[in-house]
Amino acid sequence: MDSLFTAADLSAIWLTVKLATVVTMILLLLGTPIAWWLARTRSAWKGPVGALVALPIVLPPTVLGFYLLVTLGPNGPIGQLTQALGLGVLPFTFAGLVVGSVIYSLPFVVQPLQNAFEAIGERPLEVAATLRASPLDAFFSVVLPLAKPGFLTATILGFAHTVGEFGVVLMIGGNIPEKTRVVSVQIYDHVEALEYTQAHWLSAGMVLFAFLVLLALYSLNPGRRRA
Amino acid sequence: MNIHARVRIAHPGFDLDVDLHLPGRGVSALFGVSGSGKTTCLRAIAGLERTSARVSGSDPGNYLDVNGAVWQDDAHGVFLPTHRRPLGYVFQEASLFAHLSVRENLEYGRKRAARDARSVDLPSVIDLLGIDAVLDRMPDRLSGGERQRVAIARALLTRPHLLLMDEPLAALDLARKQEILPYLQRLHDALEIPLIYVSHAPDEVAQLADHLVVLEQGRVLASGPLSETLARLDLPIRLGEDTGVVLEGAVAERDAHWHLARIAFSGDYPDLHVWVRDSGVPLGQRVRVRILARDISLALETHSDSSILNALPATVDQIAADTHPALALVRLNAGGVPLVARVTQRSAANLQLHPGQKLWAQIKAVALVG
Repeated sequence: MDSLFTAADLSAIWLTVKLATVVTMILLLLGTPIAWWLARTRSAWKGPVGALVALPIVLPPTVLGFYLLVTLGPNGPIGQLTQALGLGVLPFTFAGLVVGSVIYSLPFVVQPLQNAFEAIGERPLEVAATLRASPLDAFFSVVLPLAKPGFLTATILGFAHTVGEFGVVLMIGGNIPEKTRVVSVQIYDHVEALEYTQAHWLSAGMVLFAFLVLLALYSLNPGRRRA
Repeated sequence: MNIHARVRIAHPGFDLDVDLHLPGRGVSALFGVSGSGKTTCLRAIAGLERTSARVSGSDPGNYLDVNGAVWQDDAHGVFLPTHRRPLGYVFQEASLFAHLSVRENLEYGRKRAARDARSVDLPSVIDLLGIDAVLDRMPDRLSGGERQRVAIARALLTRPHLLLMDEPLAALDLARKQEILPYLQRLHDALEIPLIYVSHAPDEVAQLADHLVVLEQGRVLASGPLSETLARLDLPIRLGEDTGVVLEGAVAERDAHWHLARIAFSGDYPDLHVWVRDSGVPLGQRVRVRILARDISLALETHSDSSILNALPATVDQIAADTHPALALVRLNAGGVPLVARVTQRSAANLQLHPGQKLWAQIKAVALVG
């Protein structure tokens, strides 16, 4: 292993996995109610909220990172709040990276979940209600199992997308070893330093990872091809 | 004991406003063409449809009382959500949970209702609907008829105080329909709770209903006991070829030689009966027969030289125009039993038909419907 990856590489890989895992868990907890609301609401806010959630898909990551840096920074509104709460400021910390990644990867979790919830429709919930299940009970006993393929897709996409981000990380996390230096940044560093061999190993690893993720997605979820 | 439902729902382009009093036992059919509001009405009774708000303080608002239990009373701010209403609901299309086996589907409601229900006899319900062989299958491995039988069993196992069915046979082909109807008839005989059954199919209504509500464009056109309501000529019940009456009688005699059964009715005079093909129904059994208006012809005298087996002495009650200008509908009273005959206007003129006239109703066909 030592010949393939340097200690800094391994630390970047570990940090990336840790970041993606934490972010994916937060995204599932946060994305599920948002997706549920978007799938079921008849409110006029559906359009604006849906567009807001989808913004990271079209925005350059640097734009997102820039605004995050400003709002979370010492003079930004959220930065002032975190400071008042004794949490310090988030930029250039692991926590800041988590916040940025959650926002950046949100649409990749919300949209598959929203699609899954929309595909289920009203009927199973109505049936559950006539069988004495409260709305919360019906969500856990009917919606979650029926939306399992959607959750699988959301988990894989959320995780993979977080692993693959670069721009937001660089803007808000900087490049601090063992704190914010993830694989994509590490590759950038290697290239800057003309360490092409090291860059190759990490890059090839990312390519393999991305391929395996997509393979898993398509083989675990054949319904997506039919739809 | 009865059901009182006052339902008002206004959607753009559709307006439902009904005030129903239904018997607290037996089958009430909500009958009407599609768009008449019958499904919306049923969904409102289940609490699945949002009803209109009261327009003023004196407006009594929506109200639902099922055998003494108030499920909704807008005037007093009472509204039980669906999952708190002890009802069973059978949807038009298959509504089984796809991620659960048949057994788990059955247990889903049974488990949740156990708190407020008496112990439910699972084997007897499984037996009643004949689903013993499919318990361990997943819903997508069932035929359409089997799915609906499981859905009915699942609803029954919650020990509902009211059973609601929304055209449970509409999505099935004729053969599947014939497969389920006997189960529904058994249910009708075994059930101690009221059942509200939405249908646009006259044959289902004839077989199952005790009470008939006719809806048109969100309003109640008629509501009353089945045979009485079917015999009303003032109702524009668009049954067309299916216009006719349903009578309840009992098997009084079985003629083994000619393979016929005598169905006797209780009326104003003894020996009021018709002969039908013997389908093996035991003596004494209560049965329903359906006599279509087009199968009754009228004669001033009885003929022994005719092939017609059933002729009942009757009095003309009322004569009304039918849907086609050549035809007339004639309501007859055969010793207390209502009949409706369809004849041409020309025959009506030839026979000089008038209310009070005594004549013979010759019945060409009688169908045993359950």
